[in-house]
Parts: sequence; structure tokens; C-alpha cells
Amino acid sequence: MDDQPPTDPVAAQMLDGNALAGSLAAAFGGDMTAVPGRCSHCGAVHMVAELRAYVRAPGAVLRCPSCDGVVLRIVETDAATYVDARGAAYLRFDREARHGR
Amino acid sequence: MANSIAWQIATVTAIREETPTVRSFTLSLAGWQAHRPGQHVDVRLTAADGYSVERSYSIASEPERAGEIDITVERIPDGEVSPFLHDIVVPGDRIEIRGPIGGYFVWDATLGGPLFLVAGGSGVVPLMAMLRHRARAGSRIPARLLFSSRHLEEIIYRDELERLVAAGDGLEVVHTLTRSVPTGWTGYARRIDDRMLADVLVPLGIGARVYLCGPTALVETGANALVRLGLPPDRIRTERFGPTGT
Amino acid sequence: MSERFVTRGFVGRREDPGVEGDDFASRIPPGQYRTTDFPVLSAGPTPRTRLDRWSFSIEGLVRQPVRWTWDEFMALPARDWTVDISCVTKWTKLDMRWRGVSLDTLFEHVELDPAAAFVIAWSDGGYTTNLPISDVLNGQAFVAFEYDGRPLAPEHGGPARLVVPGRYFWKSAKWVRGLRLQSTDEPGFWESLGYHNRGDQWLEERYSGD
Repeated sequence: MDDQPPTDPVAAQMLDGNALAGSLAAAFGGDMTAVPGRCSHCGAVHMVAELRAYVRAPGAVLRCPSCDGVVLRIVETDAATYVDARGAAYLRFDREARHGR
Repeated sequence: MANSIAWQIATVTAIREETPTVRSFTLSLAGWQAHRPGQHVDVRLTAADGYSVERSYSIASEPERAGEIDITVERIPDGEVSPFLHDIVVPGDRIEIRGPIGGYFVWDATLGGPLFLVAGGSGVVPLMAMLRHRARAGSRIPARLLFSSRHLEEIIYRDELERLVAAGDGLEVVHTLTRSVPTGWTGYARRIDDRMLADVLVPLGIGARVYLCGPTALVETGANALVRLGLPPDRIRTERFGPTGT
Repeated sequence: MSERFVTRGFVGRREDPGVEGDDFASRIPPGQYRTTDFPVLSAGPTPRTRLDRWSFSIEGLVRQPVRWTWDEFMALPARDWTVDISCVTKWTKLDMRWRGVSLDTLFEHVELDPAAAFVIAWSDGGYTTNLPISDVLNGQAFVAFEYDGRPLAPEHGGPARLVVPGRYFWKSAKWVRGLRLQSTDEPGFWESLGYHNRGDQWLEERYSGD
């Protein structure tokens, strides 16, 4: 019998962009998890939900699952939400809602 | 969509014990809107001095149940929110929530299948919303849930899953237990791995839509294994929960 | 700002600074709560630099940059430090025991250009933070390689991290690899995204504009 003892607490605590869904929706005015973005470091395209999220920090850092480069950074202060999207070469907002694939 | 971004007050109308450490809370909302199975709500707790914490909880109920939602919460012993929800909250209490949230980790019957759901512990919650919806919608889309739990007694929704399977509409549930097994257990008794995924996936085929939810390690192992088995990455959707009590 | 809805019965998992008596209360900066844990906060995967590849440098506006290997760094005079630490996420931990090398000791090995006014600390993994030179001299900062009598664990910034007890803990750069002396300030990783440039916990300088 075995279980999953986390050897690295940081790796075990790592989440994904889904964890920022509410904050990003409040900031951007709509769901961001299904929005594809191109990583400015390696060029890979991933949806925000697929980014690796480090949320136990003064802010949240979303990293590319292909290269670990920082794609988005989010800080929520008392007064505002800051989003640094420089790590995304683009964010793509499809005009027609695409629920299927 | 403005409603789903604003915080609103929900009233706890019922609390149900699913396992000794897991409870479901029925929340009645004035601003309820039909969610998509897989979406979640954010819960915000605020103390009198303004100190506040937020957590996200997947909606466990199907959108066909109008006016209210269920969230299912595992009590994490050294947590800050789940012990409060379990130990202090009673029906009639009001809590602040925001949602429904999420457009990526969602499935409904209009998307088709076959449907392969992989859950670790409380990761089953959003998948349960999908299965409850599937049943209410009368769908016969072939579906399989591979569900990892530590002990038999800790399997969330165990009885209801049996009932859903007994309906004979094309759903099968495969359990694996990772910490202990009851005498006579003939099912899987180890963590989810490549071989198990391959075996359970066979009847559905590599055309399946996959949703994996649970602790990070399980989700990553599972997603990587499925890609190696030949599933296109864009047919696999993942949602990582924080590490559950181990 | 609209009034916040208060949740019946919720107080949060915090240790009341007043519970243990006056001594603790006066040591907890405003808005902070005492913890006895050592929470792990991280903005990315834990770097794991091998000691035989590790180095620490001081460069920029110095006459001659200096670089130590791990063995050379361990040969520097080190001392023990017992300090209180506050994180901007509101936890404060009292009497944390570290062992490390004072930045004063490190600066003895360089000649600062008169124009050098700011220190940019940089780390494995890309993290940076900025401090005016006056905030890191005279015993105010050190590079720690031991915590609580043991080698500093990777998830807490090991093999070595910067520690600046007078500032919120985000200024105590984990996995620090060097200091760059500049004449101009350069807001670091969190300072450039809404956090206060200076971060004095006693003045509650959490966010820019505070």
C-alpha cells in the first residue's frame, strides 16, 4: 500500500490557473480560464487554466507548463488587482463562444 | 455574467455528512444562475476585524436543480476554512460566495463523449456534478469514473455512485484504494498509474474526453500517462486541488 | 469602500498577539498575527543549485566585482542571529534563529563607487528585490545558510538566502546569488506589481501608496 507523501512542499502546493479563476474574472470582466495565451519565453500556447499556479506568495504567479517561464503575475491589494501579462505574448479572446473542441 | 463576478450572500439550508471527514452544504442563492458542471464558487469568510480568507469549492450539484447549489468540503485538520465550515456553520447561516466561475473545466451532455473522469479524493466533486447532470439529462453517453480514495469508508458519494451505475445508462465506476482495503477486496489497490489508466480507458477508446481532478501529483501523473497512451492533449482537461490531508 | 459582510463565528486561525502577554504584543507589527509555523511561500519551482555550482557575487558599481564559491563563502566569518520576521501575508514569527554572514562583512571585500545607492538582490529562479544601501548596512542584513541549527532547506531558500529583518519578508530573497550595486533604484519582483518599494513592517508599508 502506498500514498503520496509530498517530498517538495512547493510542488505539492502547486495548482493551476483554475485557482485564479475568480480573481481573473473579476479583473477582466469574464472567465479567463479557457483563454489561450502564448508564452513569451518559449512560444507554447496554453489556456490560462493549464498554467502552473503558485499561489502561496504575496501574489500569484502563473507559469508556462512547457518552460516554467512566468506568464502572468497577479497581486490583490486592499484597493486593486494588479495583473502583469508581459509573460504572455498574447491572450486570445475568441469571439464566438467555443464550448466544444 | 456580471452576477457571477460579484460577491453575494448565500444561505446554508442543509448540511449532509458524506463521510466522517466530508460534508456537503446546500446553499440557496437569490442570485442563482444555472452553472455548467465542473464550475466552482469562491467562498469568502470575514471576521469582525476585517480579516478575511477565500477558498474555491467546486459545485457538486447539477444545474438542473434550480435556485440552490451543493458544495462538498473535506475537513482539512489544520485548515482555516474547512474546519470552520464543518465545526461552526449550521443551517440558517449565511456565507459570502462568488460564482459560478470557470469556463475550462466544464462538461455537459451537449459536448458529447465518451467521457473519462479521473478523480483523487475530493477531486471527485466537480466530476460528480457532471455525472449528476448526465443522469438528469437522460444522457447515455458512455462514461467511466476512475476514483482513487484512501479507504473504502472515505469514498465520497459511494452509495450514490452505485445507484447511478445501477441505472444501467452506460456509466461505470472503477475504484482504487491506496491506504487500506477491506477483506475480500478484488479491486485496484494502488495509486493511479499508466497501466491502470490504460486498462480502464480501453472500453472508451482514445477518442474520449478526459477530465482529471485531484491533488497535483495525481493529475500530472494521469495527464502525462494519457498523452503517452495516445490521447490528444486538447482532449484532456485538468484541475488541481491543493494537497489533501495524507 | 462598501461594508464587508461579517461571517458569524469566524475568527480565522490566528494567534492573538495579546494572549501570551504584553511582551509578545509589542513585538508584533501592526496588522500582523503571530505564528509558530514556518510557512512556505513560493513564486515558482524550488531551485536546486548544487553547492559545487553555487557562487555569490557583488557586482555593479564597485571598483572590482567579487565572487565567492560555496567553500570560500563558508570560510567567511559568520555569526548567529535571532530575529523576528514578518511576512506581508500577515504572519509574524518571533525569535527565528539563523546563522549567516553579515552584509557588512561581505562589503568589506568591495570598494563601493560613491554613486552606489541601491542594492538589487537577485536569486536563482529569477527573483529580485531592491533595497537602499542604507537599509542593508550596519547589521541590518545578512546572508543566511542555516536556520534553527540546520542547513537552510531548499523550500525556505537554501542553500543561502538574504535576510533583512527590518522589512517584510519578501525583501529577504530566497536562493540569493548576488547583489548588484546601482545608482538608480529598480523595483523588484513584487515591488513592481503593487507592493511597497521599501516595505517597513512597523510603518505597515505593504502596498505602493501606503
